[in-house]
Amino acid sequence: MSGAAVRVRVQREDFDLAAEIRTISGDCHEIGAIVTFSGLCRDEGGTLDALELEHYPGMAEAEISRICNEAVKRFQLQAATAIHRYGRIAPGENIVLVVTASPHRQAAFDGANFIMDFLKTAAPFWKKEHGIDGSAGGWVSAKDADDSARDRWTKS
Amino acid sequence: MASVDLVYFAWVRERIGKAEETLDLPASVVTAGDLLKYLKMLGEEYETALEHENVIRVAFNQEHVDHREPIAGVREIALFPPMTGG
Repeated sequence: MSGAAVRVRVQREDFDLAAEIRTISGDCHEIGAIVTFSGLCRDEGGTLDALELEHYPGMAEAEISRICNEAVKRFQLQAATAIHRYGRIAPGENIVLVVTASPHRQAAFDGANFIMDFLKTAAPFWKKEHGIDGSAGGWVSAKDADDSARDRWTKS
Repeated sequence: MASVDLVYFAWVRERIGKAEETLDLPASVVTAGDLLKYLKMLGEEYETALEHENVIRVAFNQEHVDHREPIAGVREIALFPPMTGG
């Protein structure tokens, strides 16, 4: 796919889904499908005050770009955007956005899924929980299920 | 003696008690795995942070590497726990 646009941002501020979709569709009228995935901060049954997201500046952008470029190549995407926030994020707020575009829907769905599976296991971000009781809680543990989700892309 | 910049993140950073430092590594430290073993001899805080060596992730010049990867020529080495973004 010549000239497929990969846009990656790592930022403290929130993002605007509609604006990101317009940026992708506005410059390519051969797109037939756009898929968006948003990851939000849960309140964990009312116990969580906020998540603190730490990242490795430089590598975070580089790693997400590598993942998006791989997805563009593998699924022949016309565009891929990934935005990941860092800093303090309250329940209900956005954490991550992935937008993929392709001529038909399946590639856009698969591309977004692929990007998220690798982003969760390979992009250098770490979440720390702050409880509503004022406790500076623990670091969130990595889940085996996330590794399994990633590994399904390398099987067969 | 090769000088490298070390950067630490999340609980590795908290347990070591600093975010970054520059160290001169002895010639016996050849791979990422050797580095972990060497750091563990520098003090209790390193020993605690790197206790479970197999869960520690390593990046050379901002790219993931295996613990068997040779360090030669690397400027920046990062040590951190498994990632939990997304």
